[in-house]
Amino acid sequence: MQAMQIKTQGAEVDTMPIDNTDRRIIAATQAGLPLVTRPYHAIGEQLGIEPQEVMRRMKRMCASGVIRRIGAVPNHYALGYQANGMSVWNVPDARVRELGQKIGDLEFVSHCYHRPRHLPDWPYNVFAMVHGHDRAEVEQQVKQIADLLGDANQGHAVLYSTRILKKTGLRISV
Amino acid sequence: MDTADRAIINNLQGGFPVAERPFAEVAATLGLSEEDLISRIGKLLAQGTLTRFGPMYHAERLGGALTLAAMKIPADEFDRVAEIVNSFPEVAHNYARDHAFNMWFVLATETPEEIGRVIADIEHKTGYTVHNMPKLEEFFVGLRFEA
Repeated sequence: MQAMQIKTQGAEVDTMPIDNTDRRIIAATQAGLPLVTRPYHAIGEQLGIEPQEVMRRMKRMCASGVIRRIGAVPNHYALGYQANGMSVWNVPDARVRELGQKIGDLEFVSHCYHRPRHLPDWPYNVFAMVHGHDRAEVEQQVKQIADLLGDANQGHAVLYSTRILKKTGLRISV
Repeated sequence: MDTADRAIINNLQGGFPVAERPFAEVAATLGLSEEDLISRIGKLLAQGTLTRFGPMYHAERLGGALTLAAMKIPADEFDRVAEIVNSFPEVAHNYARDHAFNMWFVLATETPEEIGRVIADIEHKTGYTVHNMPKLEEFFVGLRFEA
């Protein structure tokens, strides 16, 4: 699957114009779609909005990127992905975009971001989440990233989570 | 989980249609009936194999802000600091990780300005530096966990 760069500087993200009706649709669907034959009709009925209007607005939000995607979110632990490593990489600033894109193209990488360094203790500027059935698989994946980067890899680390201290999930308040 | 469940998980991590009968459209491509697809998704959610089914919204494009932050906390202070950090409603999740930077949490606020305020507040209440690591650029990947 092709990775695609979707945006640039975090502080300058465009916020899409959404109105109160969009907000009501977001609030009604962010926990999930109704599991019925006509889910968008069900949302329309619940909110008192014509189903065609619900669908028109949701298509628009998909096109503008307000909706990233519609589908299933698997629990990767339940699928046997027990080892989840945050791999972090120090690559030359001038090549972050090119190399971040290449890392994002790898099958086993679920998220890849450019983040700021915090020198001297934190020299890493690219983060890639990798997932495996065990740590040996994750280490193998990290090696593939290191091979891909070659000389551009000026240091890396893998941080495994040892404990979940809090997990409330993201709820967007609208 | 059988072959049909795996096909659902592997093929439905995105691209669910916005249409009058979207389950019927997807079911046809998977060789299932509409009714069977709906009931299987319900079962996968109930048993925790799926955590959600529906649209994933982009918080920043709705005006909200997200950041990743990290702290270096001595072992004997870790639980005390974790308790303070977790007490902030803006902290969406918080993980202990095996590194000198041993506490990693995501902050979600309604406006970008609030991120700085919450970070200052956490530093004040814990006495430790918060390293703010917002994403500067995102290299988007198609998320796919093979079932």
